[in-house]
Amino acid sequence: MRQLRAWLMRFKGLFLKDARERELADELESHLQMHIDDNIRAGMSPQEARRVAVMKLGGVDQTKEAYRDRATIPFIESIVQDLRFTLRQLRKNPAFSVTATAMVAIGIGASVAIFAFVDAALIKPLPYHDPSRLLMVTETTPEIPRANLSYLDYLDWKKFNNVFDSLEVYNQRGYVLSTSAGMEMIQGGRVSDGFFRTLGVAPLLGRDFYAGEDLPEAPRTVILSYAAWQKRFGGKHDVIGQSLVLNEMPHTIVGVLPQSFHFAPVDAGEVWTTLHPGGPCDQRRSCHYLMGVGRLKDGLSIEAAQADVTRIAKDLEAQYPDSNRDQGAIVAPLSEQIVGDVKPILLLLLGGAGLLLLIACINVGSLLLVRSATRRRELSVRRALGATRARLIRQFVIEGLVIVVIGTAAGLVSSHWAMQILLGLIPEYMMGGMPYLNELGLNPRVLLFTAGVAGFAAVLFSLTPAFRLSTLDVREGMAEGSRGAAGRVWTRIGSKLVVLELTTAMVLLVGAGLLGKSFYRLLQVGTGFETDRLITMTVTAPRAPYVKDEDALALGRKVVDEVERLPGVTSVALVDVLPLSYNGNTDWIRFVGRAFNGEHNEVNQRGVSPDYFATLQARLLRGRTFTDAEDLNKPKVVVINQTLARKYYPGEDPIGQRFGGLDLDPKSIKEIIGVVDDIREGPLDSEIWPAYYFSFNQYPDNAFSVMVRTSQAEESLMPAVSDAITRIDPRINISHQTTMTHRVNNAPTVYLRRSATWLVGGFAAVALLLGVVGLYGVIAYSVSQRTREIGVRIALGAQRSMVYRLILKEAGALALAGIVIGAGCAVIAASLMRKLLFGTPPWDVTTLVSVAVVLGGSALLASFLPARRAASVDPISALRAE
Amino acid sequence: MSTKNEIWQGTLALMILKTLDTLGPLHGYGIARRIEQISGDRLSLNYGTLYPSLLKLEQEGWIVSEWGVSENNRKARYYKLTRSGRKQLEREAKEWNQTTAIVARFFEPVGDQS
Repeated sequence: MRQLRAWLMRFKGLFLKDARERELADELESHLQMHIDDNIRAGMSPQEARRVAVMKLGGVDQTKEAYRDRATIPFIESIVQDLRFTLRQLRKNPAFSVTATAMVAIGIGASVAIFAFVDAALIKPLPYHDPSRLLMVTETTPEIPRANLSYLDYLDWKKFNNVFDSLEVYNQRGYVLSTSAGMEMIQGGRVSDGFFRTLGVAPLLGRDFYAGEDLPEAPRTVILSYAAWQKRFGGKHDVIGQSLVLNEMPHTIVGVLPQSFHFAPVDAGEVWTTLHPGGPCDQRRSCHYLMGVGRLKDGLSIEAAQADVTRIAKDLEAQYPDSNRDQGAIVAPLSEQIVGDVKPILLLLLGGAGLLLLIACINVGSLLLVRSATRRRELSVRRALGATRARLIRQFVIEGLVIVVIGTAAGLVSSHWAMQILLGLIPEYMMGGMPYLNELGLNPRVLLFTAGVAGFAAVLFSLTPAFRLSTLDVREGMAEGSRGAAGRVWTRIGSKLVVLELTTAMVLLVGAGLLGKSFYRLLQVGTGFETDRLITMTVTAPRAPYVKDEDALALGRKVVDEVERLPGVTSVALVDVLPLSYNGNTDWIRFVGRAFNGEHNEVNQRGVSPDYFATLQARLLRGRTFTDAEDLNKPKVVVINQTLARKYYPGEDPIGQRFGGLDLDPKSIKEIIGVVDDIREGPLDSEIWPAYYFSFNQYPDNAFSVMVRTSQAEESLMPAVSDAITRIDPRINISHQTTMTHRVNNAPTVYLRRSATWLVGGFAAVALLLGVVGLYGVIAYSVSQRTREIGVRIALGAQRSMVYRLILKEAGALALAGIVIGAGCAVIAASLMRKLLFGTPPWDVTTLVSVAVVLGGSALLASFLPARRAASVDPISALRAE
Repeated sequence: MSTKNEIWQGTLALMILKTLDTLGPLHGYGIARRIEQISGDRLSLNYGTLYPSLLKLEQEGWIVSEWGVSENNRKARYYKLTRSGRKQLEREAKEWNQTTAIVARFFEPVGDQS
């Protein structure tokens, strides 16, 4: 206790230096005075009295020194001294200090910002109970790796599995919400009764769904998301028991979910209702629309779960060969389903930021090294005056720490900004699928990462010059202008560091180049239609007034007519699923007049209005498209795409051929009237699937997308189109108004690639700059060390061109080493990110060569300046200078 | 060398505490003179070495100091024993007596034991 108290006092003493010094001086002065008084009284002369008193005290300065050591903690005291010295040094060299801290700040800022994203998406656990036991469970087909479950299959999986504590299903769907202001389209989830219990989420208010509440006879109930509760009910507690009209049916609100709850597979879900099976789809095993989530029993592995559900799928296939043929099963961690898409990109970015950090640290390290070389004399003098090696090393360590601390502080601030900017750049519709990013921030894990990175930099910065110190020879260092082994040693280490920097820059540049090329290739992909000047929007009419096909058809025709009449509109079409959305919404077809053994010929099916192909400007290859007169009671006709024609009618004319459903029910038989060039139904990086298009006029619906081709800027026409449609029936809801160009540019696959390309490109540009600056530093230093040698060479008759060659050869060797090693590493790195490349191999020669040219050119430029300085050395002054 | 110094430091501290116990509040010069007097001028110390010891005792809370005026009207810093300092003195005095007694036994004539 006493010891601790004494240490605390001494620690306090560090800050009360001036006052204490003054007090001690006063005390010693009074001591001397009293002693002198006594001596005079004893008969000494004043001079004698003072001399004796001072002698007896034992020297005022020694006393003060001893007192000081006791008053404070000498070790800390000297560290404070070193710190002051360092700050003074840094202030004297603003160019060096600003460059060094800025580099650290950039490196740390970039890597911390990216790490925060990685943390939010991949490290922070999902907000469910024991999330690692939750699995995604669903069916798989040869065409669709992650397909959906049918309701009947789900019931069997739930009944017969031995591996799950509970197995639930959900699907995302749009709901039409009736409010006093009209109808609104909102997103929500339809779930089985134990969905929230399985996730381990309890409602904030009210109750969870009870067992059996998802059956057809149960009353209709709804649980609200926290956001919906706040937005639509002002967060009032009396919301429980109120009624909400969804899809024209009243639902009783029974609960509100906690704020922390999110479930990315149901994008921006506001309302959660129970399954209530009963529609025709729920009666058919072939109608797949649900996704499963199961909680694995304790002690069981994911492989065991996979084996168990596969067994059930096999049994069902044997039992229902028609509908369940080739229907496999797949399980995966729920977290993988939620963050699987962004994981490779985030890891890529983290890698890029890490490399940038590395290059920045190396650069600062070599700057420190150069500085320690130029401070050789100062160090030698201090050493000769008795500074211990440890003390000198400590000086470097403190210098490194100061740079790291300032750089890290600046880096943290900039990373905060960077996060906000990056988050702001993510479009809203994508944030819906990434709710976990809402918790992005400088949390303890991110700060720990920052500390780790800063520690790494600090070690690097203090070790490099300390290592340099070990080559310090005091005598040699003191000799004016001597160029001993030290300079050469530095050049050797420095050049190794530069090669490492150039290698890193090469890897980042190649990565950025490959991503850029992939992105370009992606945008060059043929869509099969003209994407310019095309408005798209979703139209949802209430079901009741349009439940009859005649009425729905009349509505569709009216929409086309009214919109077509607007000035600036060239043509109008309706479609159930917009192109470039997804492959899916498929049909299994069977060909009339051909042998059939139960195989599933899975093809996309799309319902389109007669003018669809003309509006898209798709290319008709054979036959004809639909006429408006081909409607409800006419024989069913379809247009197929080229891939379907090639796959199922090779070497045959498909026109006039017929196909139908698996049972060849006469109602399902359709006749092919035309073949169109492939229209890309899925995302740009997806494959083209066989597809057929049926006529909206023959299968009308009360909800559809409208596509409007305009002759002028499409955005300006959007309000007029919406107005024209709502004038037909004010109860119609219009959502997702956008343009096809916007959809193409902001499709998730395009967006993710574009942002990855820009970010990695930015990292690469900074890395290129840092690498080239590093090379410049080494060459310039080497030239300054060799001034005398060059002077001698010139004096002995060497040509200027020869001097140029000498220096450029040195720089060229370093650059070449960096480029060659870098190219090798880049190919390896690129194969790791192969998934993110599109139409570009990891060893893409054009990219490698052009990056090598850019890097080589910049390196040449950077070494040209010192080379010119070397060539212009005046031999006489160079020789005299030393 | 350092062991000797430590013992000296410890002893000096004990002498300071005892002096303050006997004479009441006193300034550094007075303490130094007193120690010299008591030792019968056999102990000649550099007065300066007293001040780090005083600081240490103050940091440990055995003594406190305040500025006052000396008998000759000089401004001087007076040191005073605290209550815990008095207890410490008792403890140390006891330990000292025990130690010296033990050490003294080693130097007693050994004859009468056999």
